Formats: sequence, structure tokens, C-alpha cells
Amino acid sequence: MSYVDVAPALSPRARRRRILRRRFLRRPLAVVGLVVALVFVLGAILAPVVAPYSASATDFSSVLGPPSSNHLLGTDELGRDVFSRIVWGSRASIEAGVLSVLLAMVVAVPIGLAAGYFRGWIDTVIARLTDVLLAFPFLILAVGLAAILGPSLSNATLALGIGAVPALIRIARGEALALREEDYVRAAVANGAGELRIIARHVLPNMLSTLIVQGTVLIPTAIIGEAVLSYLGLGVQPPTPSWGVMLSDAQSYLTQAPRLAVYPGLAIFLCSLSFNLLGDGLRDILDPRTTR
Amino acid sequence: MNGAPVVEVESLVKHFPLRGLGARGVVHAVDGVSFSIAPGEMLGLVGESGSGKSTVAACIMRLLEPTEGSIRLLGEDITHLSRRELRPLRRNMHMVFQDPYSSLDPRMTCGQIVAEPLVVQRLLDGRGVDRRVDELFDRVGLRAELRHRYPHELSGGQRQRIGLARALAVSPKLLVADEPVSALDVSVQASILNLLRELQEDLGFSCLFITHDLATVEYLCDRVAVMYLGQIVELAPTAELFASPKHPYTQALLSAAVVPDPVAQRARVRIVLEGDVPSPVEPPSGCRFRTRCPFEPRSAPASHEQEPPLLEVTPGHHVACHLVRLGGEGPRPVEAVEAAS
Amino acid sequence: MSLLQVDELSVRFETDDGNVHAVDRLSFALEEREVLGVVGESGCGKSVTFMSLLRLLPETAVVSGRATFGGVDLLAAPTPRLRRIRGKEIAFVFQEPMTSLNPAFTVGNQIGEVLRRHLGLGRREARGRARELLDLVRIPAPARRLDEYPHQLSGGMRQRVMIAMALACDPKVLIADEPTTALDVTIQAGILDLMRDIRERLGTAIVLITHNLGVVADIADRVIVMYAGRKAEEAPVHELFARPQHPYTIGLLGAVPRPGASRRLQEIPGRVPSLAELPSACAFAPRCPRADELTRTNVPELREVAPGHLVACFHPGPS
Repeated sequence: MSYVDVAPALSPRARRRRILRRRFLRRPLAVVGLVVALVFVLGAILAPVVAPYSASATDFSSVLGPPSSNHLLGTDELGRDVFSRIVWGSRASIEAGVLSVLLAMVVAVPIGLAAGYFRGWIDTVIARLTDVLLAFPFLILAVGLAAILGPSLSNATLALGIGAVPALIRIARGEALALREEDYVRAAVANGAGELRIIARHVLPNMLSTLIVQGTVLIPTAIIGEAVLSYLGLGVQPPTPSWGVMLSDAQSYLTQAPRLAVYPGLAIFLCSLSFNLLGDGLRDILDPRTTR
Repeated sequence: MNGAPVVEVESLVKHFPLRGLGARGVVHAVDGVSFSIAPGEMLGLVGESGSGKSTVAACIMRLLEPTEGSIRLLGEDITHLSRRELRPLRRNMHMVFQDPYSSLDPRMTCGQIVAEPLVVQRLLDGRGVDRRVDELFDRVGLRAELRHRYPHELSGGQRQRIGLARALAVSPKLLVADEPVSALDVSVQASILNLLRELQEDLGFSCLFITHDLATVEYLCDRVAVMYLGQIVELAPTAELFASPKHPYTQALLSAAVVPDPVAQRARVRIVLEGDVPSPVEPPSGCRFRTRCPFEPRSAPASHEQEPPLLEVTPGHHVACHLVRLGGEGPRPVEAVEAAS
Repeated sequence: MSLLQVDELSVRFETDDGNVHAVDRLSFALEEREVLGVVGESGCGKSVTFMSLLRLLPETAVVSGRATFGGVDLLAAPTPRLRRIRGKEIAFVFQEPMTSLNPAFTVGNQIGEVLRRHLGLGRREARGRARELLDLVRIPAPARRLDEYPHQLSGGMRQRVMIAMALACDPKVLIADEPTTALDVTIQAGILDLMRDIRERLGTAIVLITHNLGVVADIADRVIVMYAGRKAEEAPVHELFARPQHPYTIGLLGAVPRPGASRRLQEIPGRVPSLAELPSACAFAPRCPRADELTRTNVPELREVAPGHLVACFHPGPS
């Protein structure tokens, strides 16, 4: 660390941004993750522009067709363009993946924070409840909830979000627990600050990095979760496309046209991997102890 | 140094329950501590790890609630007040922490950190706060531009100055300094200690200075209290404590301290204490120091059964030892060395 | 022939913010049976120097120079050769005994591991020798301690265990990096006594790295004062404290409160310089009361001002 007695050329914020950017560029995997994730997100947003066909446009003259100049990835059993369905299908994945995580954070962070910061009976109740929920694997929980709520994309998103809440509560609780012992929090108490101010000004902002990283890492799980739910018929309903539905439909044609399973499978894999790499890189970059 | 005491601590007790599966018992962090600090006085609180000195500080600052006993700040009993009731009273006391790295919120600028007490206490309006922050930066010897920097851009010494500025923002009557220089380099320690001395002379606040370093205490403090395993074993004016320590633990502590003078240091004979500090979960019965005391054979069996009270053996000099009589007569360091060999 | 001879040692770290020149062309020697005190504040390079000798630094470190020990250049030796020396002939004791000891293994197991690995002792033999070592470092009830875990021991005892592990193979050199900084004063006194004892009985040379001048005054024979990666002053201990010549040393000595003295503590204005560039001037100049044109444009070389007393300063002399 340099403590030169000269005013720096850049403001503190700009300097921090530069360090973060440099760290980011030194991690090619994270860069790849960001780029690919952006491609998927943009593809989902700009689907009407990117996809050559609509998701349900059938063409019975070219059923199960191989990749061609008209159909980049071929056609499925109803003559629909696979590429377009992949693009349109990404909407379900991205929407469910990102929205469910946001929902989970909005619910879990306040609860976890309250438990970790206030301790006492609040903590005991929340911690024990969370432990019970954590006994269920995420997917089982999500599938169960989706089955109860009824099949639809929004219900699937809700189910995935709720399924992710227990793990996030535990993380938020852990952070709050550690942060409340920091000397600067004790100093704030010594100032006479009330609980609300301490939480809002001191605890929450210092949890932000961890939460961002955790959220980003959760997205791939949610994407796969959506695919699973749709595969099981609990998510998106036909004719809306989804990678999971495409996988399910492709089952009957595995011998004739295995590519119909490979393409959505690849999409799920690449999309979740990209968010995973991005999250991994972010965790490293945002850690103040990183030297590279 | 006239007038009513700024803070009075009476029989302070703080126990922490042991947590965990099937764990029972308590940590006797502080077990009956009493003292007071006069206006403008600097009282040193010395002890090694496990002595309870930091817990005493936390109790006085009401970062913890005492288990028993009382704390009076400017005459008002603050022992069990709620947070809301405490808020206005917090204008009268503040604290400087040991670790310059964790005592400042990394997400706030230094200016915001120093302004926070003023903002929370609503003592000044926006412009008033700004002016006061500038004034405080100047007082602690920092350039005004550092207001906009973040803590991690400053050195350890500078951060401690920010900590001091924050603590003095509301002009408290009592400043609690918990090992404020222990984490700093030697040359930086000197400037912070000098600064503290100047500020205290200029502003006239009382100070509870907590440390494990005896030399610092001698340099800064008017009176010294020595703690061992949650209790005060000796309390006296500084010069007197160093010239004629009465409690065997104080004597051992003084003999163990190293001096930066090879001739003097190698000529000294050390009193080496046997054994480890007992666990604060199960402190020894009677006199807590007896398990390591070189004079234990002399003080038994009384030292096993009764806790020695803190008595004023000569004017202003308090000692808690069965072997020290009123009038000040008691075991001498040289006898301890003989007893050990 | 010195036991350890270091010549022109330089260590540079390549970090996020650019280069950090932690050590700059440092040369010194360690004699047999000697206690060498290496004093300096944070960032002066004292720990980095010795960690570089045993290749304990991270990959971002670039080390150059020569360090001759028993005919071998430690900096150039192949790794297997260095491993045979490290722990066996040159041992290291760290500051934090809790994090240096493995919490999952008993004390006896950990000391035994050193013995089995380096000396090829069998289990029973290793246990016996471990017990002897615990006795050597004056741990009471050594047989019982062998089966205890680190968390069951106090800080002072853990440090003694660390020292026992370091002494297991009867090393020629014991490097202790701030061994007492994390310990209470009364415990520190015991550890210093122990080190003195070790030097007397076993003839081990000791390098004591510390920022505490009192500790150095207690047991060192010779002292090196480091500043910003360079040697500022070097002298036999009595000579250094009685007649310090470098303004930094004088400043350090004046900054420590002493019993009975109430004169104002001496402050050294400014801060330790950034190590991002190697200044072509005296590193201490910005903070030095004796600074002038000469010191701001030239690097002072070490000169002998009295027998065995070296100073890197253009204007050495008492205050």
C-alpha cells in the first residue's frame, strides 16, 4: 500500500474502480463469464429482434429437419425453428433465474440481518426454522412449492425464490453476526445512534459485496431449477417455449434427432456456467485481501 | 482537578454466560471493581490479557450492561438505562478503540466518520457540522483534504487521529481510550501519545487510559489501577506506584517490563511468575493471585479463604493483599526474587 | 567464516498497485552463537528478508542476491536441498503461535512429525525426544502435554511448543519473528529468558526480529536497524543504545517512553515512504532533521564510524 504524501491524481472512487477493473481483466474466465451472460441476457431482451421465427410458428413441411440456411439449428417435431425457440426460451430462464434470486434476496436479507444483528429469541426462532428448511434440498423444495402453487412461469419463479430463501438467510445472518462485532459499529453505538441508523448506514452497506456475489452465484442454480420445473411440467406451459420443455419434448425423438436434446441442454449449461464464472470472479475481485 | 467525579464505578461486576452444548458456568470478566475519576484526571488501567480491563471500558461506555454494581456518569446512574435514555448522555462520554483498521467504517469518508456523532446528536446544522469537522481535523493534526478520503487510504496513525477526532467531536467530559496505540508503530505511537496529552491539557477532559504497557502509563497518567483476573489489586498515584509498588503482582509486572537500555535492562533481576493465568471461568478462591504469588506460603491459609479487600494503606494508595498492612508495610520485590530461587 | 552471509539481497513484490521494493540490496552476516536483533517498524522489510532466505514468500515475490549458509546459496539452491536445511538447520518461529500450530493434531504429534521427517526417528524414539524438548523449553508436566491439543494451552505455552519444534533438530540458526509481540509482559519475560538459555546451552545462533527496542536491549549481542528496506545502522548492542548515530535510530530511541523520564516523547514527522519506487536519495530524508541537498539526491552508503558500528547516513552523529 502506498501512502505518499501527495494528493492522488484520481478520486478515491475512481481509484477503486480502476483497481477493480484491473483485477477483472486479469481473470479471463470472469470476463468470458460476463460476456456470455450478457449475450444470453441481451438475447432474451431482444428476442423479437434476434429470433428469425416466432416460437410457435409451425411448418409441417419440414419436420425434424437438420440445420440449414433457413433454420440455423434445424426444426423440431412440429416444424418449429429450434434456434428461435432457444432464443425465446431464454426469456423464461433469465426471467425465472434472475427474478427468483432478486425475490429471495428481498425476503431473506432483512430476515437474516434481523436474526444476526438482534440475536436473542428472534435469532433462535429464525435460525431453527431456517435449519429445518435447509434440511430439504433446494430442488425438492422448489418442486414441492411449484406443485402446490400450480404450473405457470410466475409460480415457478416464486417457488424458486422461496426455495432459495433459507440459504440466503443463513448467509445474511452470518454476515450480520460478524459485522455487529466490528469496532466501527460499537463506535456508532457510542455516538448514540439508534438501531435503524446503525443497520442502514453501517451493517447493510458492508454486507453488500458478499450479497452481490452470493446472488450472482445463485442465478445458475435458479436457471437449472426453472429448466427442471418446466421439464416436469410445473413451470412454463405450452406453447410458451422453455429450455426445460424443449428437453422434455426431445425425449421422444432421442434416436431420430438427438440434437433436439443437445441444443437446449447446451443452452442451459452455457448460460448457468457463464453466471457461475462471473460470480466466482466477482467473489475474488471484491475481496479486499486479493493481491492480484 | 476539583469538583465532583466525572465517573464513579461501584462494585462493578460483569459475567458472561458460557455458551454451547451443555456448557455451564460464567466467565468472571469483571468481579467487583470500584474507582472514580476526577475532572481533568487521567487514570491508567493496566493489566494483562484476561484482566478484564477492556470489559470495564465497555461497561462504562454502556456497550455492555453490567451484571451487578453501578456506574454514575456526572452524577447520573447509567447502569441500566435503555438505549433511548442513554442517547443524550452519550454527549458526555466517548471512546477511542485499539484497532485503527476496524474502528472506522470502510464505506464512509473520514469526514463523515468524524461528523457522525454530531449528526446523531443533532447538535449543529449542516454548515455548523462542516465547520466543526474542519476544526477537529485541525486539532488532531490532519490536513482538511483528508475529509474526502476513505479510511483504507490513510496510515494507521492517521486513522487513530480520525478516531480521536470522532471521539472529541461532541466535547465529552470523559474519554475512554482502550489501548489506543498498541497497534501502531513505535514512532507513530509517540505522536499519538503526545497528541493525547496536549488535547487533554487544552480541553480538560477526563480520561480512562487502558493499556498493558507500563511505560506509557507512567508517561501519561495521574493515577494508575492495576487489574488482575477481574479485580483491581492496586490503585495509586503514578509516581508512587512506580516508586514503591506494594502488591506482589504489580511488583512482578514492573520487573518484567523491558526497558530500551541494555545496561539497565541486564542489570535488573526479574521476578518470574510460575504457572499460567487461571481461567476466568473458575477463578481461585480467596485471593486470585495466590496460585502464582511468590509469597503464597506466607499468606496461606487466609489467602485461600478470603478475598483481600482493596484497602487504603497509605493516603491515596490502595492495595488488595493480605500481606500489606495499613501504613504500607508489605513484601518487597527483592524478597520475591529470593523466594523464587 | 560467518554462519550465514547475506549479500545484496533484494526483494520486490509485483502487486495490483505496481511494484513494492520491500528489501533493497541488504547485506549482513550472522556469526555462531550470536543473538542478532533486527529492529524496524512495519514495512521496513525485516520479516520479508528472513522469509525470503527460506523461500517462504508468495509467488509475487522476486528475490535476488546471495545468501550463503554452510557453503550453500539458499536463494539459488534447488528446492529439495533447501527443504533439508529449512526446519533442520535453520528454524523459524512465528509471531502467532495459535495459527502456526495445527489445531487438529496433538503437540506430541506435531513435534514428532518434525523429528520423524528430518531425523528419521521411529515413533517411540520421536515421542521420547519430544518430551525432552518440552522439558528443554521448560514446559511443566511435559509428558502430559504431549497428548494435549494447541487450544488447551495458553499463548505462552504454545510459543514454547513452537520453539521446541524449531529446536527439534538442533538447528544452527533460530529465526524468531516477533516471538513475544502477541504475549503478555510477564510471559514475554519467560520466553526471553528461555532464548538466552538456549543460546547458552545449545549454542544456537538466534535472529530476533522485533520492533520492540526493550526486547533487543535485553538479549541481543548485535543490532541491525532497518528502514524502508535498507540497513540504516548496525552496531553491537551497547554501542547502539549508548551512541546511536543515525537520526532514525535516535528518533526511535526517543519515541519510547522510559521509566522516570517525563520529557516529551520524540516524534518522527511524516510517514514511512511508499516502496513503489526505489528512491535515488536517502529514504529517510523526507522525515530527517538533518536533511539537505546531498541527502535528497544521493543514496548514503554504509560507513564504519566506530569498530563494528556501521551507519548509512551522510550526517551521522549524536543528536
